[in-house]
Amino acid sequence: MKLTELAVGKSGVITSVAGGGMQRRRLLDLGFIPGSRVENVRCSPTGNPTAYLIKGTLIALRREESDMLFVKML
Amino acid sequence: MIALVGNPNTGKSTIFNTLTGMRQYTGNWPGKTVLQTQGFYRFNNRHYKLVDLPGSYSLLPSSPDEEVARDFICFARPDCTIVVADAACLERNLNLALQVMEITPRVVLCLNLIDEAKRKGISVDILSLSKELGVPVVPTVALNNYGIEDLKKTIAALVEGKLECSPRRIEYDDEVERLVEDIESHINPIIPRSLINFRWLALRIIDGDSKLLEAIRSYLHLEGEILI
Amino acid sequence: MNALKEVIPSNAEHFTEDSLRINKISDKIVSSIYREAESIADRVVSQEKGKIDWDRRVDDVLTSRWLGYPIMLLLLGVVLWLTITGANYPSQLLAQGLFWGQDRLTEFFIWAGSPGWLHGFLVLGVYRSLAWVISVMLPPMAIFFPLFTLLEDLGYLPRVAFNLDNFFRQAGCHGKQALSMCMGFGCNAAGVISCRIIDSPRERVIAILTNNFVPCNGRFPTLIALAAIFTAGAVSGTYSNLLASAAVLGIILIGIFTTFTISYLLSRTILKGIPSSFALELPPYRKPRVGQIIVRSILDRTLFVLKRAIIVAAPAGGIAWIMANIYIGNASILTHTAGFLDPFAALLGLDGIILMAFILGLPANEIVLPLIIMGYLCTGSMLEMDSLQALKELLVVQHGWTPLTALSVMLFSLLHYPCGTTILTIYKETKSHKWTLLAVLIPLSVACIVCFLLNQTALVLGFG
Repeated sequence: MKLTELAVGKSGVITSVAGGGMQRRRLLDLGFIPGSRVENVRCSPTGNPTAYLIKGTLIALRREESDMLFVKML
Repeated sequence: MIALVGNPNTGKSTIFNTLTGMRQYTGNWPGKTVLQTQGFYRFNNRHYKLVDLPGSYSLLPSSPDEEVARDFICFARPDCTIVVADAACLERNLNLALQVMEITPRVVLCLNLIDEAKRKGISVDILSLSKELGVPVVPTVALNNYGIEDLKKTIAALVEGKLECSPRRIEYDDEVERLVEDIESHINPIIPRSLINFRWLALRIIDGDSKLLEAIRSYLHLEGEILI
Repeated sequence: MNALKEVIPSNAEHFTEDSLRINKISDKIVSSIYREAESIADRVVSQEKGKIDWDRRVDDVLTSRWLGYPIMLLLLGVVLWLTITGANYPSQLLAQGLFWGQDRLTEFFIWAGSPGWLHGFLVLGVYRSLAWVISVMLPPMAIFFPLFTLLEDLGYLPRVAFNLDNFFRQAGCHGKQALSMCMGFGCNAAGVISCRIIDSPRERVIAILTNNFVPCNGRFPTLIALAAIFTAGAVSGTYSNLLASAAVLGIILIGIFTTFTISYLLSRTILKGIPSSFALELPPYRKPRVGQIIVRSILDRTLFVLKRAIIVAAPAGGIAWIMANIYIGNASILTHTAGFLDPFAALLGLDGIILMAFILGLPANEIVLPLIIMGYLCTGSMLEMDSLQALKELLVVQHGWTPLTALSVMLFSLLHYPCGTTILTIYKETKSHKWTLLAVLIPLSVACIVCFLLNQTALVLGFG
């Protein structure tokens, strides 16, 4: 499933990263690599973006970006 | 000349301010019109120039800022590079440290914010971390100057050659390693070995990093035709 | 010799041919490094369970659905209120001291028997505008900058970007624009430089072109002074500062609204494109280092901006005095120019002197209000300009300002072109004449249109 579908408070493991180019590279650099554990911590007042806990840091992603990440629910 | 790199939000500027006090100014690094903060400090009768590089997650750059940081470490060849890391999320910070260590061996890992990590229940075994990485690790709390003297001492020892580093080398899988070996042998006759770390350059070529090649041409003043 | 040349294209080719392959190899490299980092971290880090995560609790409040936005507004309001209230007294004290100095200087010039024009140029022109810039600007800056740096140091600003990103997304720009706007509150030139944190060139240009719509500290004192004067009469005593803060807050909100509107229009017209990646880190909250904040914000920001203002204010004050005192025919150059600008200025709810002050104030917005005062003083009767009360007397009684005039001046100040330094910075950052020109023309036309519509509407409704 897409990371976007992960509910607030739930955790998952990243299985793959779609897309290409700089945007994909950026996500990898931030630690969104296959095998990493990720938790949906909160979403902003309007529901987008959403803040994810990845490798000890909170990173906010827009829906367009979390759509590129695929996870397996834990 | 000492370079200061680190992930964003690791207290890098606080370390910079603490080391240099008020002796700093914003300058330009020749060749690239990017403002960066420089400062000075004296230690044991030696004058140190400290350059604060933009906060970066990675040296496989995905933003202009990260490119500046990478180019500086790679081409300005600082005598020592301090990697400031947040003790509370070491793994992400080690990612950057390992990449810096692929370019230059003279690295000090400054493990900052250890008080905050402790509050979160996180503790780091400094000795084994230093052993694992093969470079000195100095724990600091920049907010109250804890560890700053140690940091200065370690930098001095490294710059004066009293301290040798043997940074851990990342082994890639066979396919990548084979490519690296192949490309390294091609680079060998073209660029003097003293100018750049071949293994690292080979890795970037495999990575398809075309911007780096442009950077090499402009900073190392090699003839254009060789590279493109 | 040509080996590398061969190696690179051959690799580059097969990468472009097969993007899956480049992903695969790049992924291998990236994840090898991360795996290494992970395994080292695993061996040396020990985590104790069961600690309360305060950051999450704080974030629960600061980014909550109901409280997120009100808290942002409240914090901005509190900062403004502290600035207005705190700056009042020191401002007066400085003004009294500096104008006492002016009298002593005048005595000295009379004693030395110097010619009237020299005294006029140096004391009434240069010194007086310096005194105004210092007494009007220094106190608010010395309070506003440290407060803002404090919020920055605490880690609150990324939360602002997080809360507001959806609006930026809908306007077709980057959430980090919120951060460059925050920097713009300090100084638009700094705000423009900080747009570098936005990676996508398209979104960076949008952020640069609209940064001017957040009032920088050079314009804050003007806004604050005018707000204080024209709200003071409405309510009594302690509440007047609150009302003034609310008025300035309202002006800022208009600026933010304009930013969104113009960003939206830009990203639908000349800067079309899809939003790029966002990926913003929300760092943990940190205990700020108060001493360092005060020293840094005073040294780096306050004094820097003040120095710049003084360098610009001194000659501008001199020029204004010369213009007011060289006569062509039966009127001074100042009167001629102001008279020439008057009809156009009137359309915008301003007058010739005000418009001229904005034009002469191009090098630095800080000196606009002092220039207005200079212009009025040169044509009107001499006054001891040592308090807001005296300023009110000058503007309202002698020169017929209405609340509508004040609002027009505030809006024009908020929206008009960025100062000279910022324009130069925009050119350096964009390296493009086109964007630099647009960075001047867009705000200027917005300012003219808004002021024109406001005043014509008021006229029709009978408020003029």
